[in-house]
Amino acid sequence: MDILVSGLLLAGTYALVAMGLNLQYGVARIMNLANGELLVLGALASFWLFVSAEMSPLLTIFLVAPVAFAGNWLIYRFLLLPLVKRAKSQGHLEVDAILATFGMSFIMVGLMLSIHGEYFTYEFLTQPITILGSIVALNRFIAFLIAVAIGAGLYLWLNHTRPGAAMRAVAVSPEAAGLVGIDVARMSAFAFATGGAVTAVGGALISTFITLDASIGVLFTMKALIIVIMGGVGDIRGAILAAIILGIVETAVATLIDPGLTLTAAYLIFLLILLFRPQGLFGRRAT
Amino acid sequence: MRQTGSVLSVNGVTKRFGGLVAVDNLSFDVAEHEVMGIIGPNGSGKTTMMNMISGSFKPTAGAISMKGARISDLPAQEIARRGVGRTFQLVRLLPSLSVLENVVAGAVFGHRKRWGRDAEDQAHRMLERVGLEAMAYAPISALTYIDQKRLELARVLAGEPEILLLDEWLAGLNPTEMETGIELIHDLRREGRTIILVEHVMDAIRSLCDRCVVMSSGAKIAEGTPEDVLSDREVIRAYLGDDDA
Amino acid sequence: MNSTSWKEPSIAAIVAILAASVPLVFDAYWLSVSVTAMMYIALSTSWALFSGPTHYISLATGAFFGIGGYLVGTGMSDYNLSFWLMAAIAPIVATILAALIGLATLRLSGVYFVIFTLGLAEMIRNLVSWIQNNFLGSRGLYVLTDFTESHIYWMLLIIACCVYLLGWLVNRSRLGFALRIIGNDESVAKHVGINTAMSKVILFMTTGFFAALVGAVIAPRYTYIEPNQVFSPELSFLVVIMALLGGAGRLWGPLVGVIPFTLIWEFVSIQAPNSTTLFLGLVFLLIVYVLPHGFVGRIDQINKKLKERSH
Repeated sequence: MDILVSGLLLAGTYALVAMGLNLQYGVARIMNLANGELLVLGALASFWLFVSAEMSPLLTIFLVAPVAFAGNWLIYRFLLLPLVKRAKSQGHLEVDAILATFGMSFIMVGLMLSIHGEYFTYEFLTQPITILGSIVALNRFIAFLIAVAIGAGLYLWLNHTRPGAAMRAVAVSPEAAGLVGIDVARMSAFAFATGGAVTAVGGALISTFITLDASIGVLFTMKALIIVIMGGVGDIRGAILAAIILGIVETAVATLIDPGLTLTAAYLIFLLILLFRPQGLFGRRAT
Repeated sequence: MRQTGSVLSVNGVTKRFGGLVAVDNLSFDVAEHEVMGIIGPNGSGKTTMMNMISGSFKPTAGAISMKGARISDLPAQEIARRGVGRTFQLVRLLPSLSVLENVVAGAVFGHRKRWGRDAEDQAHRMLERVGLEAMAYAPISALTYIDQKRLELARVLAGEPEILLLDEWLAGLNPTEMETGIELIHDLRREGRTIILVEHVMDAIRSLCDRCVVMSSGAKIAEGTPEDVLSDREVIRAYLGDDDA
Repeated sequence: MNSTSWKEPSIAAIVAILAASVPLVFDAYWLSVSVTAMMYIALSTSWALFSGPTHYISLATGAFFGIGGYLVGTGMSDYNLSFWLMAAIAPIVATILAALIGLATLRLSGVYFVIFTLGLAEMIRNLVSWIQNNFLGSRGLYVLTDFTESHIYWMLLIIACCVYLLGWLVNRSRLGFALRIIGNDESVAKHVGINTAMSKVILFMTTGFFAALVGAVIAPRYTYIEPNQVFSPELSFLVVIMALLGGAGRLWGPLVGVIPFTLIWEFVSIQAPNSTTLFLGLVFLLIVYVLPHGFVGRIDQINKKLKERSH
């Protein structure tokens, strides 16, 4: 029961981060391998403002979101859009995007190391509470609630507003979306920026209950990617279920076997997905 | 349904994409040296059918056999090796290879494996065959649209396919190019090749095809000589809509 | 065979003979830099054999390299086996692993492959540490041999020559031609009769083989082996950077990237040890935005311009 509760709480933030990556890959067609570093950057902002200005991480996210949005918009507009324009094919763009975002991730790690090379340790809302008979720290629960709220808001926005519909149209087919008068480049920039903002907020939330450091981003990139692939690219329901599975399996492995094996467990899930359901949990097999 | 001497037979083939039935319980046979046309309105499942014959898609139900052996559960490369060659609806070339190398690609891995000198000689013959010999050492970017189409055809012919699949090979050509194109397929027909073609150009269908299968919404609605099927009431209705029938 | 096809291997043979004399002329510091460079030459060239034509970015080098180093360490320390035996076993283990990874991921799109290899070294490191701690006891692994830096250098040179020779043969084979077609259009490749998955897996296995062999041969240099040190994700990235910087489209491309990069890397590591990560990032961006086909692409471009001008 403890495992289920902690796993589920962890899954909330995982799902949020995966949602950010999903927007970037599903709509803007950029496989952003600097996603984890962005998360850590959000965490660093939260840590730094808490330690230096005693600012609550719950307030920091309102600062992190617009800054990350603007930063990601600029990155898309000036670094990634030129790649989209010069790409001869989707495969070509994929390779370029992978290399460019690797470059960005290294630069971000390098900068963060020079800002704060140690662990981001701080204590925020650590008092224990009881949920369904399990004792957990309040920060985990709060982070979960905020993640769920943001995720739900995003879901409603995508499914019930005009810009949301336009964004889904670009996700399905950029060509067709362009034909019906949607500004694909703008929508892609917007999706990339929103995805980045969501990821950075996720990072700020995670930092309240997991101790991060500047170079841990790649692990979160891996997890987000595994969730997106498991759930099926662009499939929000799938991503939520995948996040829950990953959250619970990781917590179970960490509690029952060894915390050092969580990545191995994630890989095992990844391998099973690649072998048996590469189209995602809910995806329909095309053959 | 099964005729003796049929090279390819399609038996009750169905293809579903999620809830959409793209091809619905389709059956037909193609005899040796026959030119078979698959025609029908846009979205009627013609290209999907071609993709199943060439192995790009696996049928959801039913079977496709070549000379009595089932090929519909084989991967595309295996079907190609057994002698099914295809062109693509939107011409697909290998841009970083030269014109000659594009054709060598067809000769090397195809149905009859060649290598080195042998493959190059074969490629030169095929380029000559489609009238592109002069461009053998040019880069792909130097080709006009019809030349790209010719090159793709040369690549397929280089593999000496027993069954040739042409997916809207004439589409997008201007009237002069069209004449050249039809003449080229006529030549192939005279050589006695077995060809299955998907086409919208009615003149081409009339003059090239021995028989046609007409598809509408994934199902076969008529089969016979081009004259017969093109005067069939149901075929006209499928093409022009109910009001005009 | 025409005369130009023999020109490259002839030049390569001369370069190899010159390279063999390095330990006789260089002092200890420069020999050590040369060992590092030779290691990266072997790794990057074999990486490019697979990734050059297919455009699949493999980040598995660190994992295979680590398997080489670790197996030599554990074999010699835990089981008292000889260096030579372990150096023979390690590449075989890595080849089998590469085959399994390849079969699971290479039939899918390239993105899955990149993602899978991205965390591979880290995952194997975690797994190996766990096994080492729980079942083998966490003793240090010692690789004690009589090899000097010069010996290691020469062994790496031989491996690099083998990689080069293999690449030269592959480029002239049906397999090499098949990979070029796959890199152009995988769908066409299938329909002309190429078993695309198998071709990719075979080439990926050879890069796994050589990376583990290099990892095994260089293990004596470190004497003391620790999983955390040999399974280095950074190594995978360095190999990618050097190969792409030189140009993965040619057999000698990675070589052209390794030599300047190793020198600059050496300089940066000494002068600004805290900025190496930042530096790596900048080089990645340099490759994407300024040198998309590496130095080799630039050289080809300049040659072409000179030719046009002389006409």
